[in-house]
Amino acid sequence: MSEFTTWDIVRNLLLAARWTILLSIVSFIGGGLVGAALLFARIGKRRLGQIFVKTYVELFQGTPLLMQLFLAFFGLGLFGIDVPAWLAAGLALILWSAAFLTEIWRGCVEAIARGQWEASSSLGMGYIQQMRHVILPQALRIAVPPTVGFSVQVVKGTALTSIIGFVELSKAGTVVTNATFEPFKVYGLVALIYFCLCWPLSKSSQILERKLNVAHRNH
Amino acid sequence: MSLIEITEVKKRFGNNEVLKGINIDVAPGEVIAVIGKSGSGKSTLLRCINGLETIDEGSISVAGAQLLPDELHLKALRLKVGMIFQGFNLFPHLTAGRNVMLSQMVVKKTPKAEAEAMARRQLERVGLAHKFDAYPDQLSGGQQQRVAIARALAMQPIALLCDEITSALDPELVSEVLAVVKELAGEGMTLMMVTHEMRFARDVCSRVVFMHQGRVHEIGPPEEVFASPKTPELQQFLGVTH
Repeated sequence: MSEFTTWDIVRNLLLAARWTILLSIVSFIGGGLVGAALLFARIGKRRLGQIFVKTYVELFQGTPLLMQLFLAFFGLGLFGIDVPAWLAAGLALILWSAAFLTEIWRGCVEAIARGQWEASSSLGMGYIQQMRHVILPQALRIAVPPTVGFSVQVVKGTALTSIIGFVELSKAGTVVTNATFEPFKVYGLVALIYFCLCWPLSKSSQILERKLNVAHRNH
Repeated sequence: MSLIEITEVKKRFGNNEVLKGINIDVAPGEVIAVIGKSGSGKSTLLRCINGLETIDEGSISVAGAQLLPDELHLKALRLKVGMIFQGFNLFPHLTAGRNVMLSQMVVKKTPKAEAEAMARRQLERVGLAHKFDAYPDQLSGGQQQRVAIARALAMQPIALLCDEITSALDPELVSEVLAVVKELAGEGMTLMMVTHEMRFARDVCSRVVFMHQGRVHEIGPPEEVFASPKTPELQQFLGVTH
């Protein structure tokens, strides 16, 4: 039986962590783009778009991410499409992030006082001009802290993709444990790596919140 | 020839009829004070003239621009009549100067240099030329309201609607805003203002409209309306006992 040094374990986990990071970035950016598109449908004037996005958000917020991963992985397989684990993982996480980001951003847009809409209307601005010059610049400012905060959820959400066989940090932890028979040590290290990824994000969210608030109080 | 024509305007919120057939014609250069208890429909009337509320019956036109509920007609109407609000509603992410420049550039497509010159002129007019680069939260309430007036004036409207513009201000700041309005009235701007400042209404306005339960209850020159109110409702509102 071969011996594993701690460095062997850490090295393997760090290599797998690259995939966690990559998946997180893809999910967050993809989710952001889809979420922005959904946001405009949600706050737009078309009733159909509003209902579609509302239902979409309720479905994704009302079911566990794990089920969404299973459905993306096995569901598409039913149609004879061979879905690789990375594709199912990326797709499910993008759609899941989009649902939450849309909802976060909708709250930010609706937090802008009605008087801002009325004042810009009374000056003759149309809907798109109001959005672009008055509402979104203000909404964006309050959206930054919760958005960065949500990225932490995305990083932790990627752990679930290990179950459909995508080899990222958690999956690597299982594999390494099976070889070393040191689950506490290995999973402890896995948790530590997650913490190192998430903590700076949480912290920057807090700092941004304080900074943007101060900016708002007295530019 | 009237500038603002309000004809048989009715407005309902659900089952509650807040305007029950309003007729008012405003001539160019007139300064109209709209007074009445809260809930009498005076603010709603003003908001209708600017298209912030739709009307259920009747018609409103300002210098030929009809109030119709599509964006094109609304824009045409709003270019003719500006509005100033109780809560100032300045854009908090922009400086005072930018607040005044924005709609000129976005709505009228005025080049930036021209819009900036206009903004400086209008801020000068309300006595705030030195606050061009200040953000709204660095200004007092009275200063914010004056910037809001400058912002509306920069669009060169032919009439201005003022919806309780001094009600959110500390007492000592009221006069600086009223002074600006008085000056505008002196320059011949057509004004229609919902106000609780009775003394101001008496001194500056050409006509006073007393609204009661969604109707124009009494209308006339201030000396008449204030000195000899005809209806018991207006007498009670003014606190006159006969």
